[in-house]
Amino acid sequence: MLGYDISWAAFNIIEVMSASKFTFKRIGYLAASQCFHEGTDVIMLTTNQIRKDLSSPNQYDTGVALTGLSCFVTPDLARDLANDIMTLMSHTKPYIRKKAVLIMYKVFLKYPESLRPAFPRLKEKLEDPDPGVQSAAVNVICELARRNPKNYLSLAPLFFKLMTSSTNNWVLIKIIKLFGALTPLEPRLGKKLIEPLTNLIHSTSAMSLLYECVNTVIAVLISLSSGMPNHSASIQLCVQKLRILIEDSDQNLKYLGLLAMSKILKTHPKSVQSHKDLILQCLDDKDESIRLRALDLLYGMVSKKNLMEIVKKLMIHVDKAEGTTYRDELLTKIIDICSQSNYQYITNFEWYISILVELTRLEGTRHGHLIAAQMLDVAIRVKAIRKFAVSQMAMLLDNAHLIASNTQRNGICEVLYAAAWICGEFSEHLEEANQTLEAMLRPKVTTLPGHIQAVYVQNMVKLYASILQQKEQAGEKEAAQEITQLMIERLPQFVQSADLEVQERASCILQLIKYIQKLQIKEVPVAEEVIALFAGELNPVAPKAQKKVPVPEGLDLDAWINEPPSDSESEDEKPKTIFHDEEQRHSRHRQPEIDEEELARRREARKQEQANNPFYIKSSPSPQKRYQDTPGVEHIPVVQIDLSVPLKVPGMPMSDQYVKLEEERRHKQKLEKDKKKKKQKKEKRGKHHRHNSLHTESEEDITPAHHVDIITEEMPENALPSDEDDKDPNDPYKALDIDLDKPLADSEKLPVQRHRNAETLKSPDSEAPPVEKSKKPKKKEKKHREKERDKGKKKEKEKKVVEEKEEKKGEDLDFWLSTAPPPVSTTQPQSGPEVSAAVVAEPEEVKKEEREEQQEEDEGKKSSKHKKKKHKKEKEEKSKDKKKSKKKHHSEEEATESVQNGTLDDEPLPPMSSYRLLAENPYIKMTYDIQGNLQNDSQVTVSVIFENKSTSFLKSMELNVLDSLNTKMLRPEGSSVHDGIPVPFQLPPGISNEAQFVFTLQSIVMAQKLKGTLSFIVKNDEGSTHEKLDFKLHFSCASYLITTPCYSDAFAKLLESGDLHMSSIKVDGISISFQHLLAKICFHHHFSVVERVDSCASMYSRSIQGHHVCLLVKKGENSVSIDGKCSDSTLLSNLLDEMKETLSKC
Amino acid sequence: MIKAILIFNNHGKPRLSKFYQRYSEDTQQQIIRETFHLVSKRDENVCNFLEGGLLIGGSDNKLIYRHYATLYFVFCVDSSESELGILDLIQVFVETLDKCFENVCELDLIFHVDKVHNILAEMVMGGMVLETNMNEIVTQIDAQNKLEKSEAGLAGAPARAVSAVKNMNLPEIPRNINIGDISIKVPNLPTFK
Repeated sequence: MLGYDISWAAFNIIEVMSASKFTFKRIGYLAASQCFHEGTDVIMLTTNQIRKDLSSPNQYDTGVALTGLSCFVTPDLARDLANDIMTLMSHTKPYIRKKAVLIMYKVFLKYPESLRPAFPRLKEKLEDPDPGVQSAAVNVICELARRNPKNYLSLAPLFFKLMTSSTNNWVLIKIIKLFGALTPLEPRLGKKLIEPLTNLIHSTSAMSLLYECVNTVIAVLISLSSGMPNHSASIQLCVQKLRILIEDSDQNLKYLGLLAMSKILKTHPKSVQSHKDLILQCLDDKDESIRLRALDLLYGMVSKKNLMEIVKKLMIHVDKAEGTTYRDELLTKIIDICSQSNYQYITNFEWYISILVELTRLEGTRHGHLIAAQMLDVAIRVKAIRKFAVSQMAMLLDNAHLIASNTQRNGICEVLYAAAWICGEFSEHLEEANQTLEAMLRPKVTTLPGHIQAVYVQNMVKLYASILQQKEQAGEKEAAQEITQLMIERLPQFVQSADLEVQERASCILQLIKYIQKLQIKEVPVAEEVIALFAGELNPVAPKAQKKVPVPEGLDLDAWINEPPSDSESEDEKPKTIFHDEEQRHSRHRQPEIDEEELARRREARKQEQANNPFYIKSSPSPQKRYQDTPGVEHIPVVQIDLSVPLKVPGMPMSDQYVKLEEERRHKQKLEKDKKKKKQKKEKRGKHHRHNSLHTESEEDITPAHHVDIITEEMPENALPSDEDDKDPNDPYKALDIDLDKPLADSEKLPVQRHRNAETLKSPDSEAPPVEKSKKPKKKEKKHREKERDKGKKKEKEKKVVEEKEEKKGEDLDFWLSTAPPPVSTTQPQSGPEVSAAVVAEPEEVKKEEREEQQEEDEGKKSSKHKKKKHKKEKEEKSKDKKKSKKKHHSEEEATESVQNGTLDDEPLPPMSSYRLLAENPYIKMTYDIQGNLQNDSQVTVSVIFENKSTSFLKSMELNVLDSLNTKMLRPEGSSVHDGIPVPFQLPPGISNEAQFVFTLQSIVMAQKLKGTLSFIVKNDEGSTHEKLDFKLHFSCASYLITTPCYSDAFAKLLESGDLHMSSIKVDGISISFQHLLAKICFHHHFSVVERVDSCASMYSRSIQGHHVCLLVKKGENSVSIDGKCSDSTLLSNLLDEMKETLSKC
Repeated sequence: MIKAILIFNNHGKPRLSKFYQRYSEDTQQQIIRETFHLVSKRDENVCNFLEGGLLIGGSDNKLIYRHYATLYFVFCVDSSESELGILDLIQVFVETLDKCFENVCELDLIFHVDKVHNILAEMVMGGMVLETNMNEIVTQIDAQNKLEKSEAGLAGAPARAVSAVKNMNLPEIPRNINIGDISIKVPNLPTFK
């Protein structure tokens, strides 16, 4: 805080955070947000404090806690508080809602498991009435979708609606940005977007919005670029708007315009190229940011025609920008521009080499290795240029002292590496080999970095070998011995090198040369043998070639070859240089391990492959390529230097000569062409690909000065085509790559703080004992979950659809994408998609009825027509949700949680609660619910909610039940049947909490009642009193049933089996709708709908002891008849009685 | 996401720093210094965006700043934020400060750094923009200030806070805190008895 480390005060901060006054609390949280982080050890002490503040009645306490938490949330806090924050997302105050929504993103990041359970709620918030909450939700989803867009594609319709309806620029910008991320995944989305976006571009006055729209339109166009030629109008519009931005006097707009322009460039270079003037102008801007952006643009604007001109301009800038990062940037850009797409735009490689050489004069650049790599690449791959390159490199080596003057901070000396290698490898082109060799043997060389010296040493021998050959052929024995002597004199300085590589190579070579010397004295000709050491030519190998070699079958690269040594040895790895691969390349050729036959086979295979490779330059005897086969110097077509141009222009850097020469040459060519009357349009360029060397006159009117053979880099035979870009496994956002459309699985629930289950008292070893963490009751939360479950149950009747879910999902989006945007003004429900997407098992009429109902409702609320359509979509979405929550529902049964059945869609159902009143007095109110236990066929769990109605404090609550023969309360081991079970919490005034008790039963065919007593101590200001409350616990037969889904075929089999008893009832005077009725049965009696046809439905449930219960419910005018079949007749009749009671209340 | 919000004056003295990512104190100082060097070099009439510095960087990040009188307001954001949007947000922030402090000046930021933080907290939460409507922000701030006033402000310190101070390990607390160019001598605290 304020620049000081205050971690020593962490505990004191927590003390202030827990102050009761807002003033202090706020300061405490502020301090915490400034200095707490994941490493703060006391942070775990805050969990309960934060939870308390989150549920504080004062909204600002909550707000302050949320704000603080957003800054220091840890995985532990996220896990423990996720559920509380979820609850806050539906807080009544928008102020809290928006903060809760926003903080969910942080929670997701730290605790990715929470994303799926929380997502439906988050989605709801997209349509929150409060714009602030809405914008927060958009914010969070955009942030999520940016990292893993494909999971959020299904939200596109919703966002589309928001985009067309929202007026909040912030929200619009976010949504439009989000669409920009989504369009690459779904091109159809792009088509749909173009129109509204273009409208926005035309209509908006906000520059920020305009800019984002243009940006997204560009993204759309990129995604469409393949097969949509008719969007040129949009491109033109974008480019036009961007030009306006760039020409604006506001530097900010100029910057952004350039930024967006560079995106267009990738796919539509032509439309940008027409604005070259503007961009070159920006290169002179005084603002560095703008210059950098303009540079980016230049990259895509070069052509064969203007490359030299542009690079010349850049070189001037390089000279101006002394020793800045901008200069480094310029340097890399020059190289990028020239080398792009396989040197496509370079017509004169001599010019390029001289540009590279010029660049070596820069001091203090970090990019020496880049230049070096380019030199090597060009020299290796462009055969025709080797002679020139070698002469330039020899010059560099000669002037090495200039370059290497300050090796420590000078990255440029890397070019010496390239220079030495080129001179050595292509020494046959060297004119003054002696001189170069001497340059390489200078004592100064030993100050160079190790890896460069190593290359020096190696290439000295190559040079030496070629000199030796020359001398021997010329018969100058004296000279040959002289040169040997020189080597022997100078090499020891490398033998003493501290660098292992240099030392080793130098001593090997020294011995070799000493041996040669001996032979020379005996006048034995040795040159042939020495030169044989370096015979053969190197082929360029693609950088990824090694990676692409397929692993032979049966080879496990991860297996140890030898058992690893037990001690971890300290690994002194040599600092890695970029050129290590290069060295491997050398050695490749010196490992003739493969037998001839194998080689021949491979060669054949390679030829075959090359024949099929369009990019491989085949050795077909084309007239242009003749020179290649005979590598003699005279065949290299060197530029004819026009003597009318002075060779040396004083004061002009070398590369400029080439520019002039080139102009001259082009002029000449043009004249020639004019003579030939070949009418070709000059501007026809930009379409040629890599086949540079093979260009024909008709395609290209600027013929390169050299007929250049750019050799394609070699790849291994049967290289793996996979180009997978390795993703960073440590990416924190990777964890959030979660499929949100899959239904929720059993295990996916937010951890809820819950109270000790009585069951665990008995068997603490069964599963992980739930730890009682907090005394804070969570009635609100509970209710909330109930509501969710309600929803979950709604789709009981749509069970069939479950299987089709996945398809439907796709259809949903497809449907949306395939139709025109909303303004369709039909009042008729569009039944087509509806039918395909919605309930299949139902006949059309019912469906229509339903729809009409729903519409009536709709019209009550919203009159607009197209909202109806939206509503339908929502409905479809909802049904998806339902499926999710259904799964969840089952899991909860296992967890002996209270489960309630929900009702059907659409109709607003009266709030239903399965909690019934147990007993009540002025102090306390008890409600209870009974749930069967799936795992144990003779146990049920009774959840009792205790609510303190008084203003006093209730404590020492103890619940006791008088056991019957059939039903007994499960007590901790060792306690007698007369002992009560203590309720594991105390109740402050006005608070309610839930406790669960487990009962064992023998028979479940009959309903039962148990008498019981709750004793507790009431504590208030006057003192404390003992109180008692008697109650009767009613175990209905329905409470032994567990909602179990059943498919119609299984259901039919069950009915056919014939071992079920049958019974039926009829209830008159039913006024509620059939749906409603089914919902009630599902909810209160734990049934699930198997099939529903018209006003007739079959339902199924199962008892904890495995009795099947099947119902056929029929609705008449005013009555309902229920036929039941069950494996136990007593159970059935009891159940039907209970049902009758429920129904008669309707 | 907003990665950090910094306010410093023309001399590089930090007036407010809010990092939405964890950095050690030293790194924070380094980032502020570096950012100042980047920003202060720039002329008045160049664009307000900068490719991120090295520390808080990555190619995805940008510095977006505005210069008001003696203060620089710098937001470090990643590519999910709209550049022009953030510029507007800075404007809203400054206007809100102006409303809350009535003619805000650098001194207000020095003496009421907590208030500035509170205002910021109503606008940006955990790196995400919470509210951009100035009236809404001011309403919430006023309501909280009222609440604070009703609690009699800082004067009614509860015994707990006093004891917290008492229990602090005093020798470890820096006695001489330099806040910019104003050095406040913290007198030896009297023993609470």
